[in-house]
Amino acid sequence: MRLPDVLRFARDAATGCPMRTTLSVLAMSIGVAAVVILTALGDGARRYVVGQFSSIGTNLVIVLPGRSGTGGFNPANAITTTPRDLTVDDAAALRRASAVSRLAPLTVGTSEISFGGRLREIIVAGSTSDFIPIRNFELAQGRGLPEEDWNRGSSVAVIGSKIREELFGNEPAVGQLIRVGDRRLRIVGVLKPVGQGLGMNTDELVIVPVSLAQAMFNSNTLFRILVEAKSREAIPEAKEQVMDILKQRHRGEEDVTVITQDAVLATFDKLLGALTLGVAGIAAISLAVAGILVMNVMLVAVTQRTGEIGLLKALGATARTILLAFLAEAAMLSTVGAIVGYLLGQLGAFGLRQAFPVFPAYPPDWAVIAGLSTALITGLLFGVMPARRAARLDPVQALMKH
Amino acid sequence: MALIELTGIERVFQLGDSEVHALTALDLSIGAGEYVAVMGPSGSGKSTLLNLLGLLDRPNAGSYRLEGRDVTTLSPDEQARVRSERIGFVFQSFHLVPRLTAAENIALPMTLAGIPLKERNTRVARALSGFGLENRADHRPDQLSGGQRQRVAIARATIMQPALILADEPTGNLDRHTGEEVVNLLEVLNASGVTLLVVTHDQAMGARARRQLVMEDGRLKHDSGQNAHAPA
Repeated sequence: MRLPDVLRFARDAATGCPMRTTLSVLAMSIGVAAVVILTALGDGARRYVVGQFSSIGTNLVIVLPGRSGTGGFNPANAITTTPRDLTVDDAAALRRASAVSRLAPLTVGTSEISFGGRLREIIVAGSTSDFIPIRNFELAQGRGLPEEDWNRGSSVAVIGSKIREELFGNEPAVGQLIRVGDRRLRIVGVLKPVGQGLGMNTDELVIVPVSLAQAMFNSNTLFRILVEAKSREAIPEAKEQVMDILKQRHRGEEDVTVITQDAVLATFDKLLGALTLGVAGIAAISLAVAGILVMNVMLVAVTQRTGEIGLLKALGATARTILLAFLAEAAMLSTVGAIVGYLLGQLGAFGLRQAFPVFPAYPPDWAVIAGLSTALITGLLFGVMPARRAARLDPVQALMKH
Repeated sequence: MALIELTGIERVFQLGDSEVHALTALDLSIGAGEYVAVMGPSGSGKSTLLNLLGLLDRPNAGSYRLEGRDVTTLSPDEQARVRSERIGFVFQSFHLVPRLTAAENIALPMTLAGIPLKERNTRVARALSGFGLENRADHRPDQLSGGQRQRVAIARATIMQPALILADEPTGNLDRHTGEEVVNLLEVLNASGVTLLVVTHDQAMGARARRQLVMEDGRLKHDSGQNAHAPA
């Protein structure tokens, strides 16, 4: 039998039983769609988190006050119960480190902002001129904090886009005087809207000079020091230098924690990668189930068409021809199922992206390729058994069933 | 040389504990171009004989020579080739593939044999007009009358120009008039040189054959052509 004839014969056989064919195509397409959508979800989660972390800034080394628990029990910690605070002078000292390109101390607190009778709760971030470039923020209007002595903050503020919208509407904000807590500040810049960033909504942020914020909150400690390393390769060196300097300044005690964005990112990447793989495993099971369904459908087809197989043999069909015809049918069912499933999956992922625009639910290429090829392979594999059974049927026995 | 030569054919079926001898010590020779009717009561071994001649079944003992070649020892694929090229079947219940059109059913043996589409189309067109089915080419079996279905089946059986046509109760599912037409058709084919072997219950139809075989209990009880043997 010629190949085009085999294909046409298989196609006619498949379309001759619409119900059976629809069922197996449906099973296969659900399997493939599951792979596409689930991996899109898993990989989307991974990309979302990675994206959020990278938006903090690049080559970041972050210094937190206090020792993190990972070092185990340290006798020094037991004696000195309160860890030394991080101060602006600590931050200033870090500028000596050779692997550091720039840094920004950060203190955070909540306060109220008022303008023209309107009042609003806000988060105040006290920092320096380098804070905005280190965090990759962009200015929509005006400029950032001025370059000045870190201990002498001028009465200026940079506000988030949402605050500008709520307080000023369509009027210009830059140059206006506002009240934050008990201080009068002049607005020098407005941030571009960026949306949610790791729990801190920058659109509702007011950035002021660090010494001003400390005076406002009546404290001289820092929440974080953000350090930018000179390059990606310099991150470990920067981390070490930062640690050394602070240890020296804190009388030999390692009472700060230094984390690198890279390490956090890698951990999350690994975790979420494992999640995606797990999800892909679940999806693979659904594909195997779909394959078994195709096998059942083909077995039923062989049983239903026993008489026809007998006839074909009487008309001179060899075992190979029958095997080919049934395999071609199984392959067609799984191919169509795989394509329909792929389209369904992409549609589902598209729907997800429409519903959650911040969530990059794109199925990874490897998952799509693996899903499609697993569908085809299981379809063929599970089609072989029924096809062999059909090919081996005894012509007389088969004919009597007609 | 005889077209068909059976010597010492035995066919035994296992039914539970008992053995059923469907064919016992059968010797038979049929010449090319003969017209043979096989008759006998149910269970006499007619159908088993037909299946053996059509290479759909294998004997337990004995040899079957078709056109001088021992075909019992052939592999299943070689037997399929012999069926494809030398033997045409006509069944009582037509055995048409329901999802294929009349033309596709007629072309099926050629499709299976891998004959090119162009050649298939010319031969199917010739067969359709030869059997008066020109207007039925695109009809499916369920849109055809019984007589038309059997004509399609006969067209299919002859499309590969076989040497031997085996017909199993070809008029069994047809009314008298249509049956008559079908028999005439088969006889025309026989007149053109094809060997025709018909299994039938119908005495009148059996009487039309030039040679009658009567079977009983797996044995040949009567052979009208024993003396006037294989003239061709």
